[in-house]
Amino acid sequence: MNPYQIAKEYNAFLQNESLTEFKDKIDSILEDYRERRGGLIPVLQQVQEYLKFLPPVVQNYVALGLGVPSSDVYGVVSFYSFFSMKPRGRHLVRTCLGTACYVKGIQKVIDKIERGFDVTMGGTTKDRRFTLQGVRCLGACGLAPVVVVDENTLGQVDHAKIVKMLEKYE
Amino acid sequence: MGKVYRTHILVCAGTGCVASGSLKVRDKMISEIERHGLKDEVMVASTGCNGFCAAGPITIVHPEGIFYKRLNVDDVPFFIEELLIKGRTVKKHLFTEEQRNEQIPIMNDIGFFKNQVLVVLKNRALIDPDVIDEYIGRDGYLPTSKALLEMTPDQIVEEVLTSGLRGRGGAGFSTGMKWKFCKEAKGEVKYILCNADEGDPGAFMDRSVLESDPHAVLEGMIIGGKAIGAHKGYIYVRAEYPLAIQRLNTAIGQARDYGLLGENIFGSGFDFDIELYYGAGAFVCGEETALMQSIEGKRGMPRPRPPFPAHKGLWAKPTVLNNVETFANIPQIIMRGGAWFASLGTETSKGTKVFALTGDVTNIGLIEVPMGITLRQIVYDIGGGIKNDKGLKAIQIGGPSGGCLPASIIDTPVDYESIVKTGAIVGSGGMVVMDEGNCMVDIAKFFLGFTAEESCGKCTPCRVGTAILLEKLTDISEGRGKDGDIEILETVGRNIISSSLCGLGQTAPNPILTTIRYFRDEYEAHIYDKKCPAKRCKALITFAIDPEKCTGCTLCKRNCPQQCISGEKKMPHTIDQSLCIRCSLCYDSCKFDAITVA
Repeated sequence: MNPYQIAKEYNAFLQNESLTEFKDKIDSILEDYRERRGGLIPVLQQVQEYLKFLPPVVQNYVALGLGVPSSDVYGVVSFYSFFSMKPRGRHLVRTCLGTACYVKGIQKVIDKIERGFDVTMGGTTKDRRFTLQGVRCLGACGLAPVVVVDENTLGQVDHAKIVKMLEKYE
Repeated sequence: MGKVYRTHILVCAGTGCVASGSLKVRDKMISEIERHGLKDEVMVASTGCNGFCAAGPITIVHPEGIFYKRLNVDDVPFFIEELLIKGRTVKKHLFTEEQRNEQIPIMNDIGFFKNQVLVVLKNRALIDPDVIDEYIGRDGYLPTSKALLEMTPDQIVEEVLTSGLRGRGGAGFSTGMKWKFCKEAKGEVKYILCNADEGDPGAFMDRSVLESDPHAVLEGMIIGGKAIGAHKGYIYVRAEYPLAIQRLNTAIGQARDYGLLGENIFGSGFDFDIELYYGAGAFVCGEETALMQSIEGKRGMPRPRPPFPAHKGLWAKPTVLNNVETFANIPQIIMRGGAWFASLGTETSKGTKVFALTGDVTNIGLIEVPMGITLRQIVYDIGGGIKNDKGLKAIQIGGPSGGCLPASIIDTPVDYESIVKTGAIVGSGGMVVMDEGNCMVDIAKFFLGFTAEESCGKCTPCRVGTAILLEKLTDISEGRGKDGDIEILETVGRNIISSSLCGLGQTAPNPILTTIRYFRDEYEAHIYDKKCPAKRCKALITFAIDPEKCTGCTLCKRNCPQQCISGEKKMPHTIDQSLCIRCSLCYDSCKFDAITVA
């Protein structure tokens, strides 16, 4: 996108009245942090918790709200693995990539998920049912290999059963 | 007056046990006990992480101190009836020690617990981390009152110096010295930070301490604040640790309510408060200057030192940053004296260290041992040896900054100096035990994949160097290794160590250099013979079906995602090598050991 297109899209975002609710919510988050130093990351975390992802227009909106350059916001969003610029599926499947899980065969579990739901690591299924992510060690090494679906931790996962275990998440 | 109960049932509520369903077990127990009308005689409580995560959900029954493993919801009615109505020990859930082949009912008799020395984890599995009164009942906040009311900052620093405590985050710098530098630094505003951005794969010490004893960390920070003259503390905690965050929030709230945080603590005139800050998923933020950048709301990239954070840290103010475990040691050093702490451990490495013992070892979990214990004692006496009677191949210590130590040097004592001599580092406390089935080239590749991904990209040696190392390792593991590759790995590795900006780059080549040092023959087998001795590297192995053993059950054929296995029912099958992707599903599914790997 060239700067003109970005500006145009951003303008459309600001004037889109169906998004008023979104903007009000973001405004209220911004309000809490406007006066505080180092508020950018907590703001982005909360906005993402609400929107589930951070598209460029929202980044611009946050930048304007906090009075920082939007390049700074983009820099932070692209640096930390917690932030996503793409929409996610209805369920987030996080596979632990720690050493203990690696030794205990998380790769086989990942292979099964990828094949079973036709999805690649970091991607989302076509029906937006699952997003598959690899995450840094979850610190549940006693339960390796570990898969976390939304908020549920599945421990000592058997690669032969993982596809069946995920079937119940619609 | 508190009630007196005849029996206390303590259910572990650490992340591991919660994932195995311990909260449901607790609730079921409460309802069963009510059903039997024993509500006034028996107390059920949840505690912090017990440490023996692989045996979860864990239940401990006091006053006897009997340890029950894998007690699931469905087992509860029977368990309660046996234990409380009939007054028997429930044999089905007792722990069995494999070597001795006997059941061991008392928790402290079990090898896993018996050989540990608890300082940091002294409250584990005993108190409810969400109840500040239970912590206070175990002498909690007594050290804080002593430090605030009876000691000067100089005396606190002196006590920590005497203890010989060294930073538990990995580098092992003297905590007392760090505090002294910051105390002497000029400035009205100072900060004290707690690094809870535990990122090493295979390590969960800090998570467990935060979940089982959050107040100990808060106390360490208050005392540190008094020592250096800081009135504001931040805990930088990983967003991936929801339970630790929740317990910290509860603990901070309760401490504020009790006047243990805030203004004029204990009437001493000293003000101190703590704020939580959630990390956003960047391994490099475990580095101190990067962590400060992140709290300031920027990309977490390290900056050159000097100026050291003790002079110019967070928002350019003098700052001390310590690890969770370091802070958790402080209250007891103040209470029992630096000399007591120094009596534990070795000449140069004092006290105890918490390790996360995982991998192919029988007893997986969190352990605390005195410095100077040998690796053999950890793996065999505490860990219970290797699972499935396989042989020990290597112990990975120090995560992506550490190295793989072979079975031949298993009698090395665990202290900062001895471990550095082997080429690894003590690190933050990850210890992954690997059996013969692990390929060292593959493990080195795993760690380099991690560091190459997590390198922040600011300095060239780390950004480009780790990518070169990873590319070479990938070539070697996929059969494209050439004569001279080992030497390239060594040279590039040494250059990255000497020229990188921060600890991430300075230690990133360690996994490669140690595996080359101790397992050079494996690299050579990959490069010259194009073979993976451990049969892990996919490109270098082939699967075949032994016609003698194959019964033609068609199970492998049905499981094969490539449909490259052919054969009639009840006739030996064959694999089409040109289509095989070496997923090993046939190997895993065969019930007759008919699939061979070469």
